[in-house]
Amino acid sequence: MMRMDNLIPVDQLCTHYHVERSFFKGLMEFDLIQVTTIEQTHYLHVDSLHEFERIIRLHQDLYINFEGIDSVLHLLKKIEALQTELSEIKNRLGLYEN
Amino acid sequence: MAFIDYYKVLGLEKKASESEIKKAYRKMARKFHPDLNPNDKEAEKKFKEINEANEVLSNPDNRKKYDKYGKDWKHADEIEKAKQQQASYEQSQRSSGGFGGAYTDDDYSDFFGSMFGGGRGRSAGVKFKGQDYNAELHLNLRDIYHTGKRTLTVNGKNIRLTIPAGVKNDQVIRIKGQGGEGINGGPRGDLLIRFVITNNTGFILDGNNLYKTIDLDLYTAMLGGEITAETFTGKVKLKVKPETQNGAKVKLKGKGFPVYKKEGQYGDLFLTYQIKLPTKLTDREKELFSELNKIRS
Repeated sequence: MMRMDNLIPVDQLCTHYHVERSFFKGLMEFDLIQVTTIEQTHYLHVDSLHEFERIIRLHQDLYINFEGIDSVLHLLKKIEALQTELSEIKNRLGLYEN
Repeated sequence: MAFIDYYKVLGLEKKASESEIKKAYRKMARKFHPDLNPNDKEAEKKFKEINEANEVLSNPDNRKKYDKYGKDWKHADEIEKAKQQQASYEQSQRSSGGFGGAYTDDDYSDFFGSMFGGGRGRSAGVKFKGQDYNAELHLNLRDIYHTGKRTLTVNGKNIRLTIPAGVKNDQVIRIKGQGGEGINGGPRGDLLIRFVITNNTGFILDGNNLYKTIDLDLYTAMLGGEITAETFTGKVKLKVKPETQNGAKVKLKGKGFPVYKKEGQYGDLFLTYQIKLPTKLTDREKELFSELNKIRS
């Protein structure tokens, strides 16, 4: 049985963030966000809220369309992976410098 | 708060048109937006500056005041506000006839400081998540061997948090809902904690494995025996094989560092033997070593 208290109805999110229902539909079509569907109602998991807000900001602040957001998110993932790798390598380098 | 030349921030001249301001702001926002520059504090600072510049220059009233009063433009705003207040309140409410601290630098900073994920002029009324706070936590390697609780004071508020064992140096963890207040009733921002781990334990940590060099006397190395070695959690007895070479390594499985967020899983401990040769030999010892040498040659 899925825990409902971690799921936010998409309609509620659209109202809360003042975005059109079509905006959410676009996100789903471009696989930019993962939604859970229960009895024909779409829900967003609370853990995806941070990503969802980031997408809204990219769209509203920088006027980036869905294709652009897809590319940006892909590149950001790469940057984050590289930053983690860099941090690990710096830690290892510290072993030899001390 | 130091005076900032908003035109300079956006790379504009004072006579810039509204469309030039808009264009410059959008261009700079694309370059410095925090979502496009993760973990880049400089970009975040720059983004706040360009937002602040845009908030002022894209608003004709504010721009007018800014152009007229320059660095004192905020002061001019206070005067206007004070005048409005004068009309509404009795004169006696003011002790000095001054500005009554109506609009301080702090208020100003808070207003514009909420730009990251916060309210923008054009989206007034929209609910937005509050500002994310960044904090640094300095710990010793011993502190993170076990999962533990710590109390942090962030902006005067005590936050009790659980630090999972095995957290890495420079790692950032996000504590949901412990950041700034949401805008227009939006959810609170998050608290991002960066860990700075110092190590004065004598053990070297690489990934989840620990490394240490230990001394081994010549005779135990040659003939074998039992020694006591120090691990991160205490002493253990080790059997040494006869004819152990200098630099030989032994692996103590599961005696390394805990794996982050994987309870019960540990790395390994690698001990490197450094054979200590005897010094200040007696005549008898020299005699015996000579004899050994003859046998070997």
